[in-house]
Amino acid sequence: MYACDLAGTRYGFRDLKILLAAATPFRSGDQLAGLGAASAEERIAARYALADLPLDTLLEDLVVPYESDEVTRLIIDTHDKAAFAEISHLTVGAFREWLLSNDTDAARLTAVAPGVTPEMAAAVCKLMRNQDLIAVARKITVTSAFRNTLGLPRRLAVRLQPNHATDDLRGVAASIIDGLLMGCGDAVIGVNPATDNIDTARGLLELIDDIRLRLEIPTQSCVLTHVTNTLELIALGAPVDLTFQSIAGTEAANRGFGVDLALLSEAHEATLALGRHELGDNVMYFETGQGSALSADAHHGVDQQTLEARAYAVARPFRPLLVNSVVGFIGPEYLYDGKQITRAGLEDHFCGKLLGLPMGVDVCYTNHAAADQDDMDDLLTLLGVAGVNFVMGVPGADDVMLNYQSTSFHDALYVREVLGLRPAPEFEAWLARIGLSGGGGRILPYDQAQAAQQELLGRLDHG
Amino acid sequence: MADTPVGRGDPLDVLRRATPARVALGRAGQGLPTAPMLAFQLAHARARDAVRAELDPERMIRALARPAIVVSSAAADRAAYLADPNLGRRLAPGTPALPWGEYDLAIVVADGLSATALHAHAAPVAAALLARLADLRIAPMVVARQARVAIGDPIGQGLGARLVVVLIGERPGLSAADSLGAYLTWDPRPGRRDSERNCVSNIREPGGLAPAPAADKIAWLVRAALRLGFTGVDLKDREEIVPRLDLAGARPSGARRIFRSDPGL
Repeated sequence: MYACDLAGTRYGFRDLKILLAAATPFRSGDQLAGLGAASAEERIAARYALADLPLDTLLEDLVVPYESDEVTRLIIDTHDKAAFAEISHLTVGAFREWLLSNDTDAARLTAVAPGVTPEMAAAVCKLMRNQDLIAVARKITVTSAFRNTLGLPRRLAVRLQPNHATDDLRGVAASIIDGLLMGCGDAVIGVNPATDNIDTARGLLELIDDIRLRLEIPTQSCVLTHVTNTLELIALGAPVDLTFQSIAGTEAANRGFGVDLALLSEAHEATLALGRHELGDNVMYFETGQGSALSADAHHGVDQQTLEARAYAVARPFRPLLVNSVVGFIGPEYLYDGKQITRAGLEDHFCGKLLGLPMGVDVCYTNHAAADQDDMDDLLTLLGVAGVNFVMGVPGADDVMLNYQSTSFHDALYVREVLGLRPAPEFEAWLARIGLSGGGGRILPYDQAQAAQQELLGRLDHG
Repeated sequence: MADTPVGRGDPLDVLRRATPARVALGRAGQGLPTAPMLAFQLAHARARDAVRAELDPERMIRALARPAIVVSSAAADRAAYLADPNLGRRLAPGTPALPWGEYDLAIVVADGLSATALHAHAAPVAAALLARLADLRIAPMVVARQARVAIGDPIGQGLGARLVVVLIGERPGLSAADSLGAYLTWDPRPGRRDSERNCVSNIREPGGLAPAPAADKIAWLVRAALRLGFTGVDLKDREEIVPRLDLAGARPSGARRIFRSDPGL
């Protein structure tokens, strides 16, 4: 039981998960789950109570039972007590101040990360304003590497997302070429296939690999299909760079995705064993998003932001190259409008970074959400300031297969320009080699006189 | 003025012809030229209008050219409908009992996320479907407002139908705001899971699955469900053996596995 007295009114919160839900900024998904504060004042009462809570309480009062959930067991059993020692004496409110402190630099934040549980990250997140989420995330550097180096300070990478409604190889190739000519694709060239078909996925992998090899592009490829499909593709000898999987913050929600920790381990080992990585051995790509546990009836009465942070704990042992929150994809019943999507995007990026993950964000919305391109511009800019590792690059921001709007190649160029951010260094050097980058690192228009650019355009008909 | 050429003579024109995606848009500085920027805004505006559009039941019944029962879900308005999908899956409190009978099939036309789609395509699809299934015992048609797919469960149960087909407006995309979906559920009753349904999606003309081939596909699934006594993933697997009606440039049509996280269900 947690409580707060405000001018004679006593607010009680039966357990930690109720307290966390009550302290969370309002969002439609928690309301849908019947969670959250009943009034604006109760929400602040919950924040007062949360601020006074010692961090180690979060290791004892568990939001999802240890006995029935392997994600909780993973969090508790792998908690790094030595790393936690530096912050173990703090309350959640003091932890916020510690994070913001000018004495807390990148090195200390990196050192403490293994001692931070997702519930600690979620708890402090609920006490933080948007500017706090940006200021702290900006201090944290998380790098990862496969054929290039991602997450370095002042760099912003882009996942090139060349989806096509029927997985038409020539159509996919057209979007890949367009994106590369716009200086995008350093995070990964990653296709969401329209079907579960293994032969199609193999064809897509071979297409991307062929373009990459012929143009000698220092990047990696991925077909975002179920992990069991990728294991099958590996067995077939398809050119798999990264293994992808959607993950969530409870065992039951992961079961809804058809995965568990053992299966993810198996996929991680199989992908590493391919030995296709060159500069680093980060071979996994995970996607997450607030609301996925509730939509699978697997939320255990826990608010969606806390569960989202737990998804990052699922990702952590597999040392991924990329983790991204597909923040506005799930729809308005979970994040109603631009304000809620913006807040959630900043929360997810902050919590992931605090836990030591190479976070990107799919800045996006669906057409039944109350959001538009201006909201996306805002969140993209805020995340650029916060130091997001990567964002999506979709032709014209319009994903013609998944039917939602994400960020475009143009958006990536905009945010790199206004914030002085650059592509991954190896990819940046490639852009210079093929004559695509001009003064100040700006991307030049297509130039037929450059043989490599002509060769790239010519791949359209050799896919 | 845009910094890069767009149009005739542009070597990147080959990209535009290769995909419906918005490639080779040109640039103004780092940003979009005005024309493609406005084209995007127009597509989004149409999609937003479609999401907000209200179903006009009298107009719908006139288009269907047959008597129909009009019901509402438990969602009082569009805002409530969008915020809580469960409301759109239940009938409004106080809905009168539906006329029960020994029916093979009930057809529900529901606004879903695009009343625009319903007004554009539901009547021709329903007419084509009825023409193909004239030998079946078909329940009175039902028009449902502020409805999700699962509204077909209490309606089908109330009518006593063995199978329900819900024709419903799909979540609008930028390429189409008027796409209709057809969802089939065997032995409809509240609590049916989405994996127990079959779906034919992207029904629209032009640009998608036209009403006649859509009705062919739905009728095939109706007869298969009545013969086999189920709908859902297993029926989908068998359905794969018939020729696919996928259209170049369109979303994959035909029965597909449905996940709970499918936005807009």
